[in-house]
Amino acid sequence: MSQVAELEAGFERTIAHQERIEPRDWMPDEYRRTLVRQIAQHAHSEIIGMQPEGNWITRAPSLRRKAILLAKVQDEAGHGLYLYSACETLGVSREELTRLLLAGRQKYSSIFNYPTLSYADVGTIGWLVDGAAICNQVPLCRTSYGPYGRAMIRICKEESFHQRQGYELLMTMMRGTDEQQAMVQESVDRFWWPSLMMFGPPDADSPNTERSMAWGVKRHTNDELRQRFVDMTVPQAEALGVTLPDPDLRWNAERSSYDFGEPDWEEFWDVVKGDGPCNAQRLTHRQRAYDEGAWVREAALAFADREGQP
Amino acid sequence: MSVKAEWPLYEVFVRSKRGLNHVHVGSLHAPDDAMALRHARDVYTRRNEGVSIWVVRSDAITASSPDEKDPLFAPSGDKVYRHPTFYEIPDDVPHM
Repeated sequence: MSQVAELEAGFERTIAHQERIEPRDWMPDEYRRTLVRQIAQHAHSEIIGMQPEGNWITRAPSLRRKAILLAKVQDEAGHGLYLYSACETLGVSREELTRLLLAGRQKYSSIFNYPTLSYADVGTIGWLVDGAAICNQVPLCRTSYGPYGRAMIRICKEESFHQRQGYELLMTMMRGTDEQQAMVQESVDRFWWPSLMMFGPPDADSPNTERSMAWGVKRHTNDELRQRFVDMTVPQAEALGVTLPDPDLRWNAERSSYDFGEPDWEEFWDVVKGDGPCNAQRLTHRQRAYDEGAWVREAALAFADREGQP
Repeated sequence: MSVKAEWPLYEVFVRSKRGLNHVHVGSLHAPDDAMALRHARDVYTRRNEGVSIWVVRSDAITASSPDEKDPLFAPSGDKVYRHPTFYEIPDDVPHM
């Protein structure tokens, strides 16, 4: 057996035993590339995801709501950092990942290319967007790459606060005036379909899924997770008193699941390719934050040099 | 023997199985990094306690001091809204 074949067999054995691959293990180049792409996209999503909600920090309706929103956006920054660190264990640098994001060569979740037009969106994002993220992330705690799984465990623990604060915010508004209730419904109307798109294209159009599942990087297909999300969310919508904007949504007793309509995949691909409502704005803002932070990074280094530390 | 000739102190971290973090298990003296790893293997993993070892010189670790425990951690004490239990959701709302 050649050396590479032997290494490959060892790798496959570890995967087959449902054990984790750790940073210093040999791994196929394609496994490493797949992980870098997925973890980087995940990290970028956390960082870009600070923008739509950050939009409402200065206009939160009370000190309580402002403190909560600040804490949540701060968490997103932390989640981004956990994930960048996990990605760096694969031999890619933080600087390089930032460069690839700003050059448009790595993606982030398309959901963050939609605007936050009303304060109710803060609640809807917590409920639907973070709810969808949780659906996606809970199985990733068992992903085959150790550092990624451990980052996901930390993130999932913190994500529960995000979803609950969103739902509680919406419940509060639904107990309010007609106008406030209408704001919630309008917000849910805008975010429902983009939330379903967060799970990615249908399985038939997701060429990487099969291999990612074979490697244990992904544990469920896009469509499985989407169905799980719909089944979890419909009763929550009923309890809240909002209507999900899908005329085809109905209980299917035979499947013990909800049937639902097809998202507009043309819109999905447009947003992925850069033509969403806020793609340019998000990247421009990220670039500006990076440029305007340059003096801070330089000053910190100059200070460390003067103190004689590396 | 002069103090200068003493072997430096190393902190030892062991990963007990794949998928888990390295956890601090103790320390030892060794003349250099490679020997520290050998010694750690002999001292801390004689009964299959681990699948991976990290050693790092103790003087390379920056630690918070017990005296600053309060100023360091107090700021998160009054931020109860960072916890999911801060939010009241009726019991009949599922999956939350």
